[in-house]
Amino acid sequence: MDVLLFAAAAVRISVPYALAAMGASLSERGGVVCIALEGLMLNGALAYTLGAYATQNPWAGVACALLAGLLTAWLHAEATVRFRADQITTGLGINLLAAGLTRFVLVRVFHSSSNSPRVPGLPEWRLPVLSDLPGVGALLSSPLVLVTLALVVLVHALLFRTVFGLRLRAIGERPEAAATLGLSVTRHRFAGVLLCGLLAGLAGAYLSSEQHSFTDGMTGGRGYIALAAMIVGKWNPMGAAAACLLFGAAEALQIKLQGSAFPSELLQALPYLITMLALAGFIGRAVAPRAVGTPYDPES
Amino acid sequence: MSTPHVHLKGITRRLGTCVANDGVELELVPGEIHALVGENGAGKSTLMKVLFGLHQPDEGEILIDGRRVRMTDPRAAMRHGLGMVHQHFMLVDTLTVAENVTLGSETQARFGLLAPGDAEREVAALAERYRLPVDPKARISQLSVGAQQRVEILKALYRGARVLILDEPTAVLTPQEVDELFAVLRALVADGVSIVLITHKLAEVKALATRLTVLRAGRRVATALVADTSIERMAELMVGHVPAPLTERSDEAPGAPLLEVRGLEVRDARRLPAVRDVSFAVRAGEIVGIAGVEGNGQHELIECLAGLCPPSRGDVRIAGAAVSGHGAREHRAAGLAHIPSDRLHRGLVSDMSLAENLVLGLQRRPGVGTGPWLGGHTLEDASRARLQEYDVRPPDPRAFAGRLSGGNQQKLIAARELTQGARAILAAHPTRGVDLGAIDFIHRRLLAERDAGRAVLLVSSELSEILALSDRILVLYEGRIVHETTPAATDERTLGLHMTGRASHGDSPLPPREGAPRTSGGLA
Amino acid sequence: MSDRRVQWQWLVALSPLLAVAAALAAGAVFIAAIGEKPLEIYALLFREAFGTGYGLGQTLFRATPLLFTGLAVALAFRAGLFNVGVEGQLYVGGFAAALAGAYLPLPGPLPAVAAVLAAGCAGALWGAIPGALKARFGAHEVINTIMLNFVAFALVSWAGRALFLPATVHTRDVAAGAQLPRLDAFVPVLRGAPVNVSLLLGLALAFAVALLLFRTRLGYELRAVGHNAGAAEYGGVSIGGTQLLAMALSGALAGLGGSNFVLGYKHYFELGFSGGAGCIGIAVALLGRNHPTGVIVASLFFGALSYGALVVNTRVPRELVEVLMALVILFAICARPLLERAARRWA
Repeated sequence: MDVLLFAAAAVRISVPYALAAMGASLSERGGVVCIALEGLMLNGALAYTLGAYATQNPWAGVACALLAGLLTAWLHAEATVRFRADQITTGLGINLLAAGLTRFVLVRVFHSSSNSPRVPGLPEWRLPVLSDLPGVGALLSSPLVLVTLALVVLVHALLFRTVFGLRLRAIGERPEAAATLGLSVTRHRFAGVLLCGLLAGLAGAYLSSEQHSFTDGMTGGRGYIALAAMIVGKWNPMGAAAACLLFGAAEALQIKLQGSAFPSELLQALPYLITMLALAGFIGRAVAPRAVGTPYDPES
Repeated sequence: MSTPHVHLKGITRRLGTCVANDGVELELVPGEIHALVGENGAGKSTLMKVLFGLHQPDEGEILIDGRRVRMTDPRAAMRHGLGMVHQHFMLVDTLTVAENVTLGSETQARFGLLAPGDAEREVAALAERYRLPVDPKARISQLSVGAQQRVEILKALYRGARVLILDEPTAVLTPQEVDELFAVLRALVADGVSIVLITHKLAEVKALATRLTVLRAGRRVATALVADTSIERMAELMVGHVPAPLTERSDEAPGAPLLEVRGLEVRDARRLPAVRDVSFAVRAGEIVGIAGVEGNGQHELIECLAGLCPPSRGDVRIAGAAVSGHGAREHRAAGLAHIPSDRLHRGLVSDMSLAENLVLGLQRRPGVGTGPWLGGHTLEDASRARLQEYDVRPPDPRAFAGRLSGGNQQKLIAARELTQGARAILAAHPTRGVDLGAIDFIHRRLLAERDAGRAVLLVSSELSEILALSDRILVLYEGRIVHETTPAATDERTLGLHMTGRASHGDSPLPPREGAPRTSGGLA
Repeated sequence: MSDRRVQWQWLVALSPLLAVAAALAAGAVFIAAIGEKPLEIYALLFREAFGTGYGLGQTLFRATPLLFTGLAVALAFRAGLFNVGVEGQLYVGGFAAALAGAYLPLPGPLPAVAAVLAAGCAGALWGAIPGALKARFGAHEVINTIMLNFVAFALVSWAGRALFLPATVHTRDVAAGAQLPRLDAFVPVLRGAPVNVSLLLGLALAFAVALLLFRTRLGYELRAVGHNAGAAEYGGVSIGGTQLLAMALSGALAGLGGSNFVLGYKHYFELGFSGGAGCIGIAVALLGRNHPTGVIVASLFFGALSYGALVVNTRVPRELVEVLMALVILFAICARPLLERAARRWA
C-alpha cells in the first residue's frame, strides 16, 4: 500500500515533466534546441489560472494554457527558425520574458506579487474499476494524468510512426538532404516548436490546476528538469517520459525525507548529475540530433 | 542523332567577378554516358548545379526533350526527370535505406501513418530491378560508402529519374566498389537512362563514357566521342599548354635533407590507409613537387607533415629532428613552415586583424611579443613592412583578414610562412583560387626561398605549377609514390598518365590495386 | 561592393542600440496599455537612476554583479563557449566568500583578500567542471552549465543546514576585516547607497580582461580557438586546454561577483542572493558585444533599469523592467542575423 502511494506521488510529480519533456523531444528532433520550456510552462500555468478565474471553468483554463503555450512557442519559432537567431539565447530570453510577464500580469490582474486567488482545478473523472483501485485510484481519476499517459503513446507514435514524424526527424538530422527532396525545413521546424508549446502549456495547466492557483515563479526550474529528462531519455518521447518518472520518484523520496537527517538536498541534485553523466557518455551515449541548434540557411 | 534529351544552350554563370561558366553547351542524348571533365575550378560543378536548379544561369537556356524549361529548384529538376548523386551524399544517417529513399514521397497507410513494410518492399523491388543490392531495412550509418551511393542512386530512380548526374562518384569508393558502380551504370544506360559523369579521372572516362565534354576555365574546349579520343589528347585538352619556366634553375647541388619521410602510413577519417609506405627527402635548396589527382592521399600527407594528424606508421624528420607523433607546435619549432591548402579553415582567422594573423602559429615565440604580452601597436608596427613587402592590399594591419580577397589572403599567409626563418617549407596548393598576379608573386617567392637554401615541398594538383617550380617531381597515386622524375625529363602528358595510374599498367583502363583484385566485368 | 557593405557593417555594429530602442518602444506600448505616459515614466526612471547621488549609487550597486557576470559570459564567448552557468558560479563564489570571511582567523585586511580569493577559486572550480567535460568528452557546455546551476543550489542548501544561523537562511556575518567598504565613505555624494569596493574590483577586472584578450599570448590563443578552431589547431594551440582554461577563468569572474552582496552589502551569504544576475549577465554580454567596454556600459544600463523600476513602481509595476530586459535580449538576438542577412543581400 505504502509502495503504491509512493508510486502515485511519483507519477503525480512527473506528469508536468513528462508533458514538457515530450514537447522538447519534438522541438529538438526537428532541430530546435528547447531551453524555453520553463517559460512555456510558466505562461501556460498563468493562462490556466486566468481562464479558470474568469470563467470558473477549468477546461476553459486548459484551453487558455494551450493557447498561451502555442503563442509563446510561436515567438520562439519566429526568432529561431525564421530569423535564424541563436536558439539557446532565444530560449533564455523567452524564459526571462515569461518570468517578467507573469509577474506583471499577476500584479495588474490579481494585485498581488506572489499569488493568484484560488481557482477551480480540474474535476476528477470517476471511471469504473480504475478509480476504485487501491492506492492509485485517485491518481487514475485525474484527467490530465490519464491524458498524459495517452499522450506518451501518441507522441511517440507521431514521431516514429507517421510521415510527419519521419520528415521531422530527417530535418533535425540533415536539413539540406530533406530540402533537396522538396521538404520545407521552416514549416516542419515551426510545427515541432509549436507542438512543444502546446505540450508545455498543458504541463503548466496541470501545475496550476493541482495547486488551484498561480504563484510567482511556480515552475521553479521544472522546465530545466524536463529538458534534462529528455536528454537522459535520448530525445525519445517514451524514454523522456521514463526519465521523468525516475526524476519524479527522486523528488517524491526527497519530499518524504525532508526534515529528517538524510541530506535530501543531495537527492534534489540527482537528476542533474544523472544528466551530466549521460552527456559525458557514462550512461549509454546520449546523442543529440545532428543539426540541433544550427539554424538552417539555404543560401550557405 | 536523335533530339537531345537534355540540352544546355549557351549557359553563362557568374560568381562575383569571375565567370564560372562562359557560354557552355552540353547535349545529352538518350542512353549515353556523357563525361564532363576538367581540372578543379573548370566549372563542371557549377554547370551541373545550374542544370539541377541549385543555381540560376545568368544567360542561356535549358531544353528538356526540345522544350525550354526553367529549373527554379531541385524539385523542378526532379519533376523533369533529373536526379543528382552529390559528391557528399545527401542521406540521413539515422534513418533506414527505405526511409531515405522514400523521404518526401513516402508510402502511406491512412491518416499520415507510415507503411514501412510497403516502403521496404517497393525499395527492394526497385533495387532488384536495377541490380543495386542494398538492404532496405539497414540504417545508413551501418552501410559502406559504396552502398550509400547505391541508396543515392535509388533515391533518384524512385522519383522516376531518366537522367542521372553523378558528381565525382568514384572519389570515395574502393576499387571493387568502382567496378560495381560501373556495372550498375551500364545496366542503367541499357535501361534507357542517360548519365552525366563529372570526373577528372581520364581512365574512367575511357572505360565508361560514350562521349565527353571538356571544360577549361569555364569554357567548353571540346566535345568528342570517347572512342576517337586518346587519354593523352584528353589530358592535353584539360590542362592546356604549360607556360615557360619562371626563372633559371640554380645549378648548385642540393644540400642536406631538411624534410625526411620514411615508411609513412597515414589513415583517413574512415581509418583506412590514405598514405601508404611513402618515403622521400627534400634537401636544402630544392623544390620537390608532389603531383597527383586530388584525393590520392595528398590531404592526409599534408596534415601529417604539419603535425595535425599523427601517422599510423613511419616517421617524419624536420631538419634532422624526429617529430612524428608530436603536434603542430613541435613541427613548427623544429623548423617547418606550412602554407595550408585551405586558407579559410586552417590558414587564417577571418575575424582577427592582419597583424594578428601574421603571428598565427608563432604566438608563443620569444621574439614575437615580450613575456606574456602580445598585441597592440608593437604587433601592428612589426607587421607593416611585411604587408608592404608581400604586397597585401590593403596593407592595413588592423583590417580583418576576412575582408581581403582570396589572392591577398594567400599573400598574407605567404608573408607569415616565408618570413619566419623556417628551414623547410610545406606549400600545399599555394595558389588555389587566387588571381594570376598573386600566383606569379607566390611562385617567385617560393623560388627565392629555394635559392636561399630552404627545402620546399610543393603539393599541387596544377600540373603547370608543378612543372614550372619543381626540381624533382614525385607522383602520388592512391597513397603511394608511383613515379619520380624531373621537369626536364617529362611533360604534362606523361605526368597525367602516371597520375591516373595508367602508365605503369599497360592497357588496363583501371589498374588493379594491391589487395584489391579487379573482378573483371563486374556484376553486369 | 565595399561602400555599401561598410555602411551595413556599421548598422550591424549598432544593432545593440537598435535592440534597446525597439525594446523601449515595445515597453512603451505596455505602459500606455495600463494608462500611463511612457515618455514620462522613462524620463522619471532614468532621472532617478542617474540624476541623484543616491540613485547613481543604487544603479552602480545593481550594475556591479552584472558587470562580473557579463564579463564572465563575454570571456567564455570569446573562446567559443556559451557559459549559461554564471548564476551557479556566482552562487558558489558568494558562499565561499562568506565562509572564508567568517571562519578564517587572519589579521588586518587579509580576511577580505582571502574571501575574495575564495570566491574566485570556487567560481573557477565550478566553471572548470563543464570546461573539462567539454575538453575531455565533448559534452555540450550549455546543458552542463545549466545542470550545475541547480547542483550548486542544492549543494549550498545542504551545506547550509550546518552553517546557517538557526531559523534563518543565511550564514553568520563575515569578520570586520573581510568586509568591503562602501564607496560613500570616500565619495560623500553617494551617501546611503550600498555601492562598494566590489565595483572597483569589477572595473579593474574589466580592464584586466581587455588586456588578457587583446594584449597577451594567452588571449590571442583563446580568441583564435573561439573564432576558428581549425586555424588555432594549425597554429599549434591546444583546443581542449584553452577551452578548459577559458571556462575556469569565466567561472572565476562570475564567482568574484559574489563579493558585492556578501562582502560589500549584507556581509553574509543568503539563499537565493544571486537573484538572476547570471541570466542578466548573458544579456549584458550580448548587448556589450562581448567586449569589456561594452559590458561596462550594458551593465550600467541594466543596473539603471533595475533600480529605476523601484522608483516608478507606484505607477508602473516594477516587473515591467524584467519584460524590458527580456525584450532587449530577444531583439538583440534577432537583430544581428536580420541585419547581416540584409547586408548580404545588399552587398
